[in-house]
Amino acid sequence: MDVIINGKTHQVQTEDDTPLLWVIRDELGMTGTKYGCGIAQCGACTVLIDGQATRSCVTPVGSVAGQAITTIEAVTDDAVGRRVVDAWVANQVPQCGYCQSGQVLAATALLKQNSKPNEQDIAAAMVNLCRCGTYNAIAAAVRQVAQG
Amino acid sequence: MNSMTHEFAPAGELPEDRPVNLSRRDVLGAALGALVLGVALPGADAKAQNTAAAAKSAPRVSAFLEIRTDSTALLRSPFVEGGQGVATAMAQIVGEELDMDPARFTVECAPPGADYQVVGGRRFTGGSFSVRSSYDTMRRVGASARQMLLQAAASRLKVPVASLTTEPGRVRHAATGRTLDYGALAADAAALSVPENVTLRADKDFRWIGKPVARLDARDKSTGKAAYAIDMQVDGMLRAAVQHAPRLDLEPGAFANEAEVKAMPGVHSIHRLPGAVAVVADRWWHARRAVETLQVTWTDAAPGTRRAMPSDFSSEGRKAQLAAAPGPGIAAETVGDAAATLKGAAKIVTATYDAPYLAHGQLEPPSALARWNEDGTLDLWVPNQAPEMFQTLAAKAAGIPPEKVKIHSPMLGGFFGRHFIYETANPFPQAIQLSRAVGRPVKLIWSREEEFLRDALRPMGFVRFRAGLDANGLPVALEAEAVGEGPRDRWFGRKPDAADGSAVEGISGKPYAINNRRVAHVLVDDPAIIGFWRSVGHSMNDFFYETFFDEVADAGQQDPYDLRLRLLADKPRHKTLLQAVGELSGGWKRGPFTAPDGSKRARGVAMASPFGSEVATIAEVSLRGGAVTVHDVWVAIDPGRIVNPGIIEAQVNSAVALGLSSALLEEVVYAKGVPQARNFDGYPILPPDRMPRVHVRIVESGAPMGGIGEPGLPGVPPAVANAVAALTGQRIRSLPLSKMKFGAS
Ligand code: FES
Ligand code: FES
Repeated sequence: MDVIINGKTHQVQTEDDTPLLWVIRDELGMTGTKYGCGIAQCGACTVLIDGQATRSCVTPVGSVAGQAITTIEAVTDDAVGRRVVDAWVANQVPQCGYCQSGQVLAATALLKQNSKPNEQDIAAAMVNLCRCGTYNAIAAAVRQVAQG
Repeated sequence: MNSMTHEFAPAGELPEDRPVNLSRRDVLGAALGALVLGVALPGADAKAQNTAAAAKSAPRVSAFLEIRTDSTALLRSPFVEGGQGVATAMAQIVGEELDMDPARFTVECAPPGADYQVVGGRRFTGGSFSVRSSYDTMRRVGASARQMLLQAAASRLKVPVASLTTEPGRVRHAATGRTLDYGALAADAAALSVPENVTLRADKDFRWIGKPVARLDARDKSTGKAAYAIDMQVDGMLRAAVQHAPRLDLEPGAFANEAEVKAMPGVHSIHRLPGAVAVVADRWWHARRAVETLQVTWTDAAPGTRRAMPSDFSSEGRKAQLAAAPGPGIAAETVGDAAATLKGAAKIVTATYDAPYLAHGQLEPPSALARWNEDGTLDLWVPNQAPEMFQTLAAKAAGIPPEKVKIHSPMLGGFFGRHFIYETANPFPQAIQLSRAVGRPVKLIWSREEEFLRDALRPMGFVRFRAGLDANGLPVALEAEAVGEGPRDRWFGRKPDAADGSAVEGISGKPYAINNRRVAHVLVDDPAIIGFWRSVGHSMNDFFYETFFDEVADAGQQDPYDLRLRLLADKPRHKTLLQAVGELSGGWKRGPFTAPDGSKRARGVAMASPFGSEVATIAEVSLRGGAVTVHDVWVAIDPGRIVNPGIIEAQVNSAVALGLSSALLEEVVYAKGVPQARNFDGYPILPPDRMPRVHVRIVESGAPMGGIGEPGLPGVPPAVANAVAALTGQRIRSLPLSKMKFGAS
């Protein structure tokens, strides 16, 4: 099947029910998208599918054929994504960094849909887990982009 | 795959893989365009060096530092970066003395080697030891390199060394205004010997030490470029998944559907491992699906098998066992005469406390990539906090000498104590075996479910307290028996008749003037595989002690903050810190009080002395729908001296989150010898909407440098529990709080 990732079409040979996460990581060798839990609990595997933050560990690849998928590798191709990354750096958000691909993409999806999110909007969108507890820095970075 | 290019460049471009006794010629030959600074000290055989003494003598600069032609530097750090910011701190320390902006550094975790045994003659990343143990050594590395560059410049310019100065990244000859970049001098400097004596910068002249220098890894980690062990890939690699025996003493017996599994997509082969089965496949998803489809009959291990998990083991049963274990135990701290003072006390307070097993829950699941090479060597990419220890055990597992095992230590997706050697809790022996069996490199990843099954847990803790008050309500005696097993003696050896420090720390070593004390360890072996969990014994013991302290204060009708101040009257460092956190929180008030939003709230305070630092913590809580909400946490921390206040603040935030997570939510429950939760759905960890505001004040007392990664944690559970008790009148003697129901308030 054809899978469109970061604007490029990939011919993928796998069963339809293979999670998109493992197609991205193993089949295509793009490792910025992380495996944390595999059951839609943590958000480390977040990608954008037609602009929506989506947990790729529970998304069968067959269900997204033909849709536009964005992974962290392409986040800075987007103007909002660039601002999010800059805010992440400015606020020194990452610690171990393992959750941050997902966090950055979740923030990018939010800010592309709503350039002026309020606190509730931020809380509703930024639900990915971070074991290092970078939550306050994440919220500060999202606010900075929203105000920026 | 840019980030991987470096990891898997041809061997000739991997100077860190060169043997210990490298000659300058080897290095220059290997580094291809990177001019390597430094030579071995004459006559100093790195392998034979007494490492503690080596740290005092001149460090072998070339082992740590390469200066490249573009005046950037590669620093081989003794420590692994796992979020705690140690890579940046190392660059700050070396850069300060070398006179090079830390931003010009690339930092990697060094391979096994004698040069890096800088933690009291050993090497590990843990115990919040990294910066404080290596501070002097790393400063000398930077200062020595700078001295060699100056010397090289003096020869080049034919001027006296004394006429030269440095500015970041270059040498300057003030009289003529000439400058030479470090990169242009590195080759000449490499021909010089490491100076025996160097002058270190005066603290007042620091440009980077003590400043909130930006993390070196922030951008890579915000753009998915940071590569962890789980991301490693090499040519020809297969991928593997395992299914462990549900209980630790079972072995794989018959397979009911082997043919079916073999025929599944991508499957290469099925393997029996000690206590597990594995499938090797082209893709991890194929391996995982296949191994989980495999129907295995698990058979009991032979009686007497080491560390066999009893089939009737439960956490509930464990708690009852600890409660029933009689004292007096092995003395850990004895001051005055607690027993006699208790007999004569006006009032006695007793209580028992407990805390559950905890999982690490680092977000990166464990993995290991093993590659056997044609020359009989083995490359191993493995998340680890101690490369030499992993090398030793990997060699044993592989049946080859340690020097044939090349350990690569990629950055860690969190660790919190997870990546030490814990029998049965590390995937690398399985990867080694699988790679040998299939004759190809194998990357093994444990699914999150397998990780929850085989993680090395924080042990369950249980303490019996007795305190005696005098007629004025002041505590005059305290007895505490910590019951259970600590991880330190489990993995580093038990001394007969000595208490395990990791079982009692945080109950012993408290600063309060309670003049009659007996703290003891009642050892009861833990059937579970136990390990180090961020702040180790302190993670629960300070909860026990500081929460009991509030019970004692209440029994004597003393305000808990005032009583602490009073009992710290002779401890200026602690008193200052307690006052600092009081001030930071706007002045101590216990409550209950009504907040501007109408909610009823209260505050709790706690102190801790973990890992060479001192910490005072205040938390403010309310109840919402019977559950505890923590609004604010104020932390005053005194690590003596500091390297990076920005990273300290981040680490305190992180420690508050983990401490709060443990206080509110976390508990590994065993039934029938098996942990019940297998993923984050059954083992919730702190989500973003339960994160409080965190306010940090750093107090630099000038005391010897203490740790940073762990110390922010221990004060959080007791500060929260004390606040909840103040709010509800209900004592909290057992965690997590999610087990308790509180009336709406
Ligand atoms: S890996 Fe997908 S949500 Fe955790
Ligand atoms: S930064 Fe480590 S899990 Fe979020």
